[in-house]
Amino acid sequence: MYFLLARLLQATIVMLCVALVGFLVFQFVGDPVLSLVGQETSVEDREALRESLGLNDPILVQYARYVVNAVQGDFGISYSFNRDVSEMIADRLPATIELVMLSGVLSLLLAIPAGIYTGIRRKGGIAQTIMALSVIGVSIPSFLLGILLILVFSVWLNWLPSFGRGDVAVVLGFRSSLFTWDGLSHALMPAAVLCLFQLGVILRLIRAEMLEVLRTDYIRFAWARGLPGGRVYFRHALKNTLVPVVTAIGLQLSSLFAFSIITERVFQWPGMGSLLLHAIGQSDIPLLAAYLIFVGLVFTISNLVVDAIYVLIDPRIRHGAL
Amino acid sequence: MTDILCKTQDLKITFPHRLGDFTAVHGFDMEVRRGEIVGLIGESGAGKSTIGNAIMGLLSHPGVVSGGRIELEGENLVDLSDTAMARLRGGRIGMIFQDPMTSLNPLMTVGDQLSESIAILQDLPLAQARQMAADRLDGVGIPDAASRMGQYPHEFSGGMRQRVVIALAMAGDPDLLIADEPTTALDVSVQKQVLDLIRSICVERSLGVILVTHDMGVIAETADRVYVMRYGKLVETGPTAQVIHQPTQQYTQDLIAAIPSIDHREDRFRNPAKKTGEIDQWLLQGHKGEGSGDYVTASALTKDFATKKKSFWGKAGSFRAVDIPGLSIKRGEVLGLVGESGSGKSTLGRMMTGLIPPSSGSVRYGDHGLMTDVRTRAARKALRRDVQVVFQDPYSSLNSRMRVDHILAEPIRFHGLAEREETPRLVGALLERVGLPADSGRKFPHQFSGGQRQRICIARALSVRPRFLLCDEPTSALDVSIQADMLALLMELRRSLGLTMLFVSHDLAVVRQVSDRVAVMKQGQIVECRAAEALYDAPENEYTRMLLETAPRATGHENTQNMRRAT
Repeated sequence: MYFLLARLLQATIVMLCVALVGFLVFQFVGDPVLSLVGQETSVEDREALRESLGLNDPILVQYARYVVNAVQGDFGISYSFNRDVSEMIADRLPATIELVMLSGVLSLLLAIPAGIYTGIRRKGGIAQTIMALSVIGVSIPSFLLGILLILVFSVWLNWLPSFGRGDVAVVLGFRSSLFTWDGLSHALMPAAVLCLFQLGVILRLIRAEMLEVLRTDYIRFAWARGLPGGRVYFRHALKNTLVPVVTAIGLQLSSLFAFSIITERVFQWPGMGSLLLHAIGQSDIPLLAAYLIFVGLVFTISNLVVDAIYVLIDPRIRHGAL
Repeated sequence: MTDILCKTQDLKITFPHRLGDFTAVHGFDMEVRRGEIVGLIGESGAGKSTIGNAIMGLLSHPGVVSGGRIELEGENLVDLSDTAMARLRGGRIGMIFQDPMTSLNPLMTVGDQLSESIAILQDLPLAQARQMAADRLDGVGIPDAASRMGQYPHEFSGGMRQRVVIALAMAGDPDLLIADEPTTALDVSVQKQVLDLIRSICVERSLGVILVTHDMGVIAETADRVYVMRYGKLVETGPTAQVIHQPTQQYTQDLIAAIPSIDHREDRFRNPAKKTGEIDQWLLQGHKGEGSGDYVTASALTKDFATKKKSFWGKAGSFRAVDIPGLSIKRGEVLGLVGESGSGKSTLGRMMTGLIPPSSGSVRYGDHGLMTDVRTRAARKALRRDVQVVFQDPYSSLNSRMRVDHILAEPIRFHGLAEREETPRLVGALLERVGLPADSGRKFPHQFSGGQRQRICIARALSVRPRFLLCDEPTSALDVSIQADMLALLMELRRSLGLTMLFVSHDLAVVRQVSDRVAVMKQGQIVECRAAEALYDAPENEYTRMLLETAPRATGHENTQNMRRAT
């Protein structure tokens, strides 16, 4: 428990630092008053506005106010849309979540069995084929793969829609397009593109870890004890490969959340990635700062979850033996 | 003679390789009966573990049994399919590996691992298997077994883990148990308990045991019969006492003669023949006319290591690894430092040489003053030149990307002890001085054997003309015949060069051969420190006596002299 509490404290400090960077963006990218008022506004009016926005307060007070507001979900108003930033993120987030979930589940379902298989039968023909394909998966740029998929499945075969998010349905209180056939058919191709890259990375990592673990004494001893193969591979070996694999999966999924920009752009998916692209194009500082903090939050939370999973997997961490 | 449990007949094991097959075992014959422990002894590379793995059907890739038979109660195991072989493992043949620290799955509780084995091998429902598991743990001498079922391997000590491993290997009530170096990783006091346990299981269940080891002492104390192996061939076999006391083959005689005795100091180590190379004059340069007195003195030395915090707001605890009032080494003396693992002997050695700083207390060098006062760069450099270390593992203590002559030339040049043109000649002479060909400097460390690497390590230590040598378990990773050569070399160098030495080892016999004085450590404290002969012949401390009594003796206590005459 002590381990997790310490990690929680660390996470809080990390988030405060991220918020500081987000806050500093405002300080360095021009005078906010200038971007709010027209040229004909008098110096007195500008000063009054400055005072009412709290821009004359000491910098620490401003930072504290920014953090307090951010914690309550108030990131200010977007310059370019004139809307509440948190509202905009809340609009876009579900679309990204469903894409990440779908591609994450797909890649794990494929990567774990394939990684174990290639680890056990590393000389076999099927394993060699899988390894060769995984190199292709890692090395094809996602925009190219996306365009190819659109060409094949939308233009030639006309099976799947080429862009946008489909119909949305509510199941068990969750609104998602994954619950309708139309929505699923829209999400399939972008999810496949995102999945393929992660698949290669996770598969290779699981395979490498498997090879490592299968050489250890306790696996040799498990064979000598007369345990059947399935038990040795899945119960004894797999669990011992998980700690580094969980780390990699955590990082991979978080970066999908934050940076699936290209894929979202290719498929015109209305998610966080296209929002970021827009914010950069318009120099929309409140939106950019909020996005920065959001990315920080996603990575911090996923790291916390990964740490919690470590504790579940490895008793030595629980007992402080490592 | 009819109750032969397992036998190998003309067994041949080959490792195919594209540059030609390597035959690890050529035509090996062995018999194991029920209720007997058969020792299989040999130095590294003799093929003894390979035989154990072959019987188990677990030869490492790409090894194959290329000829002969392995019979288990008349059935030839070589012909069996993989699945049929898998059914024998655990059920008919059990196996124990060397290192109990790595033989158990670290992520599963001991109880889960044992009940898993029992449930599968005895075909029982899990609940019943769990109950049986607790009984089995109790049976191998784990106190409070029922409550320790839920603990993980890291919560057990080394000896207790090896007991768990034995319980696991016995889970399917096998007829044959193969123990591959079962006590090599354990302290001597624990070693004896584990060997006694194997012995008693063997007798109680009339089990056949194959004990694979490099340690003649373990064989002498445990095995009924012994097979001596070399280069994959049988050298000699017979009842243990006969092989040890009247060995007929030259190799066996040499092997036994090489074992350092714990009961007396051999003359070759006490009065080594003095050799002189031309390099000795260079090595002694600037060291003429040293005074007498203590070379190094430690006073009130302690070392604390931080332990994990217990709670979130709690203070980090500390563990006192070393706590001694004082210890000094005279000029030209060899002080032996013995103790079991975790006794703090290596930590103390490292503090005495300044490799790690003490938590409190001081180390004073006769020539340099207090270690904490040595502040200037030049003075530090001079101190470091005088004090050198030879580490335990000759594989990891040499930079594998550097050629040997560069490894030796680097310290010479760094300390400015010779001109650039002169250095290659010195390096060659140094290599010759430690018993290697002068031109071996052109090779890389991996091209040498373990013993040769340790010689390189010694040459590297000598290359800066040291006066004080810390030897931290310098022979523990070596075969016994090489160990004897290494000790002889160290003793000869010490005599020729007048070196002062701190010799750290867990091996009481080795320490006796080299030390003038011996300090025994237990839990960070020195329990006894006296002249070596007096300490070994009449230990005053209870713990010292226990260590001396539990140490396995290859030749028994009283027959030492007879055996030596026989060789």
